[in-house]
Amino acid sequence: MNLKVLCFGITRDIIGQFEYKLSLPANASVADLKQHLSTQFPGFATLKSLRIALNEEYAEDTMTLNENDEIVLIPPVSGG
Amino acid sequence: MIDIQLLHKPLSEQECLDFVKTPDTGGIVVFVGTVRNQTKGKTVVRLDFEAYEPMAISEMRKIAEQAVEQFSLKKISVHHRVGTLAIGEVPVVIAVSSAHRKAAFDACEFVIDTLKETVPIWKKEIFEDGEVWVSATP
Repeated sequence: MNLKVLCFGITRDIIGQFEYKLSLPANASVADLKQHLSTQFPGFATLKSLRIALNEEYAEDTMTLNENDEIVLIPPVSGG
Repeated sequence: MIDIQLLHKPLSEQECLDFVKTPDTGGIVVFVGTVRNQTKGKTVVRLDFEAYEPMAISEMRKIAEQAVEQFSLKKISVHHRVGTLAIGEVPVVIAVSSAHRKAAFDACEFVIDTLKETVPIWKKEIFEDGEVWVSATP
């Protein structure tokens, strides 16, 4: 399935673009996406943490991705 | 009862304060975050804030709802700014009102501490000789 991932903060610098398109097997999970990212972009190893948001909510690693999900990379936040 | 705003313009501390005033309030606590001129001895030129806006607003609302319930607040206002901020400018204002002062102090601390952990907002510190995403790497 084809996915589109939005990259905020340092993840945009690591990937080099705001919208990153990729393809994963059907029923791939959040953990599979993280695995793909760390394989493709060694820079992810330098992060303190990486969370994924699905449709504006934090997602667990076991959750399944769907083609029409809004998928967002959330590196360590630093608001305030 | 709850006022959450993510703004691309300077924040108004007064607006947050005015929102939380009620006749049955015994105390109001306001936290104002400001941009500091240095980090670990390095001179900061400015800060750039960005947010995943819809989720930043929904996460700030969740925190506010929890604070209202946990500390029996009368009202709460949380305003956060995004964009480029100079030294001394204000990225965040939190105002809370309650019947008694202790709950207001505790609630204000809870909200800023939780905001810094869960709300998808990022700041980049710009130095004279480089820039860094705050807290991103060990």
